[in-house]
Amino acid sequence: MIRRPLIAALAAFGLAATTAQAQTEIHFWHSMGGALGDKVSELAGKFNASQKDYRVVPTFKGTYPESMTAAIASYRAGNAPHILQVFEVGTATMMAAKGAVVPVYKLMKDADEPFNPKAYLGPVAGYYTDSKGNMLSFPFNSSTAIFYWNKDAFKKAGLDPEKPPKTWKELVAVAEKLKASGQTCAYTTSWPSWVHVENFSAWHNVPIGTKENGLAGTDTEFRINTPLHVRQLTMLQDLAKRGMLSYSGRTNQGGAKFTSGECAMMTESTGGQANVRRGAKFDWAVTQIPYWDDVAGAPQNAIIGGASLWVMGGKTNNSYKGVARFFAFLSRPEVQMEWHKDTGYVPITYAAYEMTKKSGYYTQNPGAEVAIKMLANKPPTANSKGLRFGNFVQGREVIEEEMEAVFAGKKEPKAALDEAVKRGNEILRKFEAANKS
Amino acid sequence: MEKRVVFQSKWLPYALVAPQIAVTVIFFFWPAVQAVYWSFLVQDPFGLSTTFVWFQNYAELFRSSHYLDSFRITAIFSTLVAVSGILISLLLAVMADHVLRGALAYKTLLIWPYAVAPAIAGVLWAFIFAPSIGIATYVLKKWGIDWNWIVNGDQAMLLIVVAATWKQISYNFLFFLAGLQSIPRSLLEAAAIDGASPFRRFWTVVFPLLSPVTFYLLVINIVYAFFGTFGVVDATTQGGPAGTTQILVYKVYHDGVKAADLGSSAAQSVVLMIIVIALTVIQFRFVEKKVQY
Repeated sequence: MIRRPLIAALAAFGLAATTAQAQTEIHFWHSMGGALGDKVSELAGKFNASQKDYRVVPTFKGTYPESMTAAIASYRAGNAPHILQVFEVGTATMMAAKGAVVPVYKLMKDADEPFNPKAYLGPVAGYYTDSKGNMLSFPFNSSTAIFYWNKDAFKKAGLDPEKPPKTWKELVAVAEKLKASGQTCAYTTSWPSWVHVENFSAWHNVPIGTKENGLAGTDTEFRINTPLHVRQLTMLQDLAKRGMLSYSGRTNQGGAKFTSGECAMMTESTGGQANVRRGAKFDWAVTQIPYWDDVAGAPQNAIIGGASLWVMGGKTNNSYKGVARFFAFLSRPEVQMEWHKDTGYVPITYAAYEMTKKSGYYTQNPGAEVAIKMLANKPPTANSKGLRFGNFVQGREVIEEEMEAVFAGKKEPKAALDEAVKRGNEILRKFEAANKS
Repeated sequence: MEKRVVFQSKWLPYALVAPQIAVTVIFFFWPAVQAVYWSFLVQDPFGLSTTFVWFQNYAELFRSSHYLDSFRITAIFSTLVAVSGILISLLLAVMADHVLRGALAYKTLLIWPYAVAPAIAGVLWAFIFAPSIGIATYVLKKWGIDWNWIVNGDQAMLLIVVAATWKQISYNFLFFLAGLQSIPRSLLEAAAIDGASPFRRFWTVVFPLLSPVTFYLLVINIVYAFFGTFGVVDATTQGGPAGTTQILVYKVYHDGVKAADLGSSAAQSVVLMIIVIALTVIQFRFVEKKVQY
């Protein structure tokens, strides 16, 4: 009795092996865990069923840094996957790796697949486009930072639950009222650098670094110690000192504090909505991130987070045709709309956005549109197209370390940001030196 | 009357040690030599362009105040882990040695944590002390202590010291217990007849006789604190907040694997290697003299 499943498994294995020989396998390494991972498998399954020549094999390789490390190691060993999902901070590293990657615009042209970069949302495409206007990687899951608030806590504090703070000044006033009503934590944030430095700069149309935030060259320097940046960090420091801001950590840990009701307001990725929806036992909503209203031109537009798909070099031409076909499949409006609705990531093409709008989804779920509205608020400027800093995995951690030193009361905001710029620039110079060609 | 076994064959002894030598060369010497070589290079993550830079990676390290800070942090951490680990387990071993009823149960329970992987030990303690949801956090809050190691560096350090020590206590305990049980009862009885108090008996008879074990454990525990605690740190603080728990070995991993800066990471691992070699030499040279075998 025990043997039978084994035989069945062997038979299935043999069957799979023979069909795989007829098809060209395309290996796709990603970092979408849990429900998101199931969704990726579903997309690959649909693509595989739609044609007979190629079979996309998605593999979960751990967190973003983990799968990137795995891909780098496998590239060095000569067996990299065809497609690799890389988070936005790894973009500069991938772009500099000429020869290790195949630019997407070239891939699509060689395979004669229809491809129009203008079809993709400006701030999304801009992030992955080089200075010559060529799209180098394929945008896949894009998010941005949004503002969450707990309507029940607002009511309890005597605030209008339908009126979230529009500006940071209002946020401080609201936080004071919340605290007075007995709220243990008025406000928390996830992704401190992404929200309060990177997106903050774009939202106020000020540079994060020189050379168009690094998009125009690797000889860029950080510019995050301006009076405006210091003002933002000073406000956060002040909230923390007065017990209104509870710092939760560098990734999405803020979500748990908001969902449990401990914190009444939060800045987090759009991607955090799924968890809040599942766990929150109170009435809540999302809106755009506050801004300083005395800054000319604010709010400008938000920049994205999330990841894009990179095509690794050294594979057969035939498999590249399959990759191109898979990307064309992923760009279809109906595929994008489904991905957007199910995951909370933004639709990456204008066509998918229009289609979702027409389906009436946003009238039922107004929160789902906040991110796209923030991204498309105004045509992006040199300060708000995106950012591209070498080794930004390290760079962002330097910024976060310095911010933590402020929250712990060890440093003053100006000194911390000066230090972040100094240490960050050292990393940029090192990257520039290592990638001189 | 020669009783020793003498190998007649010339090659047999070499053949017998060859597997061990091979393992050492492949898994220790080869990577060590590689690390030294890599520490002189600056390379992009994919290995597409490589520049030989002599000692530039080292110079940059020692110019960085954060790297020097990491030394201080590692010194504090290693001392705390080694000393508290040895003291607590010695105390436990002495107590367990006196237990008559249910001794086996006590001993088994005390040895258990050793079977737990460092990463799991880290996750366990991180759960118990998680800010806002941890059970210990809840109790501490009742006592008026604001426990949040996500922000507070000292608390983060305390957390990794506790987790790393807890993990190592069983190992130390096992050795101390074996050491205690090998002390001849007659010596203790003689001292007792001479009127020595229990404390004096411990200090003048037991402790000196335990010194070889203690010395061995000191070496092992320091090596453990330097290298073996990586999993604990990775599963809890990941070096944060603001680098206050970034011990040297974690920084090697972080800069090499996460930040893909192989040259600097290799230079750091060479420095780490030198430190541990130096520490071991010092221990054998100076501390061992005080050991009575």
